[in-house]
Amino acid sequence: MPNILDIRRRIRSVINTRQITKAMKMVSAAKLRRAQERALAARPYAHMLTNVLRSLVARAEIYDPETGEPKHPLLAQREEKTILLVVVTGDKGLAGAFNANITKAAMRFLESKSGKNVDIEAVGRKGRDFLRRRYPAARVQTRSLAELAESIEAEPEASERSGTIQITGEHVGILGKVEFAQASALARNLIERYCREEIDAVYVVFNEFKSVIAQRLIVEQILPIEQIGEQTVRLAEELTEEEKKKAKEAAISAGVGIRATEGGPEAAAQFGTSQVDYIYEQPPADLFRALLPKYVSIQIFRALLESVAAEHAARMTAMDSATSNATDMIDSLTLIMNRARQAKITKEIIEIVSGAAAM
Amino acid sequence: MAEVFQLEIVTPEKKVVETRAAEEVQIPGKNGYLGVMPGHAPLITELAVGEITYRENATEQRLAVAWGFAEVLPDKVTILAETAERPSEIDVERARKAKERAEQRLTSGDPTVNVERALDALHRAEARLDVASRTR
Repeated sequence: MPNILDIRRRIRSVINTRQITKAMKMVSAAKLRRAQERALAARPYAHMLTNVLRSLVARAEIYDPETGEPKHPLLAQREEKTILLVVVTGDKGLAGAFNANITKAAMRFLESKSGKNVDIEAVGRKGRDFLRRRYPAARVQTRSLAELAESIEAEPEASERSGTIQITGEHVGILGKVEFAQASALARNLIERYCREEIDAVYVVFNEFKSVIAQRLIVEQILPIEQIGEQTVRLAEELTEEEKKKAKEAAISAGVGIRATEGGPEAAAQFGTSQVDYIYEQPPADLFRALLPKYVSIQIFRALLESVAAEHAARMTAMDSATSNATDMIDSLTLIMNRARQAKITKEIIEIVSGAAAM
Repeated sequence: MAEVFQLEIVTPEKKVVETRAAEEVQIPGKNGYLGVMPGHAPLITELAVGEITYRENATEQRLAVAWGFAEVLPDKVTILAETAERPSEIDVERARKAKERAEQRLTSGDPTVNVERALDALHRAEARLDVASRTR
């Protein structure tokens, strides 16, 4: 027969755990709200930039009229010999399958590209730890993003590879507060390497976040740019219905809106698209060249911001189900305890009754 | 009443300025500063590092900006800047350090220094210090 005291102790411990998971859920919900706001705040800029680029494509001669080849190196398609993959995970765990899903998707992507050289830039501690166990570090490391933004030295050139798949950079601890300067620094580094033809394509694997119920895990092609303003998604994984339902429940109980953060001001969408003849202070082609790297930066920035939001959402969901699991556990333990107590009382009564009968 | 136009200054992190009553704005264009009053001809320009000055309700406001571009329409000016900071937001100490560091790099004669980038950093730091000092 289970010991009543033990069960009672067990219940108390589960109650404590539930308190912690509940607190973590609320904290994640608050952080999620902030992350969502930041992701939203980045949108007008991205919209406007895209619009201007689009209108410039029409005006500047981006493509060679004879061969149809793009003039800008970032638009040029090359045979993929070396690929760069940016893996965006979280710095912290306890977020359900969030980090595992991303690393899994990254592994799948690597498999699909097997035989080619792959450089990996790991953003987030969890992904870095995972990848580090499997792949060697490159001899020359990209500086971490925190330093990159400040650094003004030339980037080191890549030397011999230490494996077909190698880790060229680790960026840990930047996700707490993602700054545009950091995304921009990473983008600049990638562009430099791309232009030196060290790498032939850049992909980012991250968890896209539109709202709590509209998320997907995607591998997005960043370079070369195929179509401005269009996402080039190579691999996507939507949430399952069950996951969606869970996320929704968690969001509702934590008071986070589940509406999509899409939309934004209409005015942003009109920027640079007015049907007027602009005076261009600089030749359109020059403007285009100056803007394209920013486009890459903003895409990376967006990936980081959405990943952060998704991480908090995942943690919130995980903690919500942990809390409800704890509640279930307390209920069943209480039931067992009551049964045990009753059994004990019954036994005592029987003992007294049979004792009295014997006299 | 004076004529006014709409002014928006947007960075990747937030909308810094959003007003419907701007009277005048000075933009650090790549080919030199340009002043914009209501009714300006449509124009698109790249921005250099420098400061934006705009007037709203007869008061002047300054912002330090680093790279961006601007769209000017007769009744609306939109500026996309990589960074746009009000004087109160500028970290003077950091800017001063950045300036020193950049100067050091430029004068060191070290061939590994990326001159372009160092100059960029220098200009950014100077613009920040400038805006911060003049409004204090």
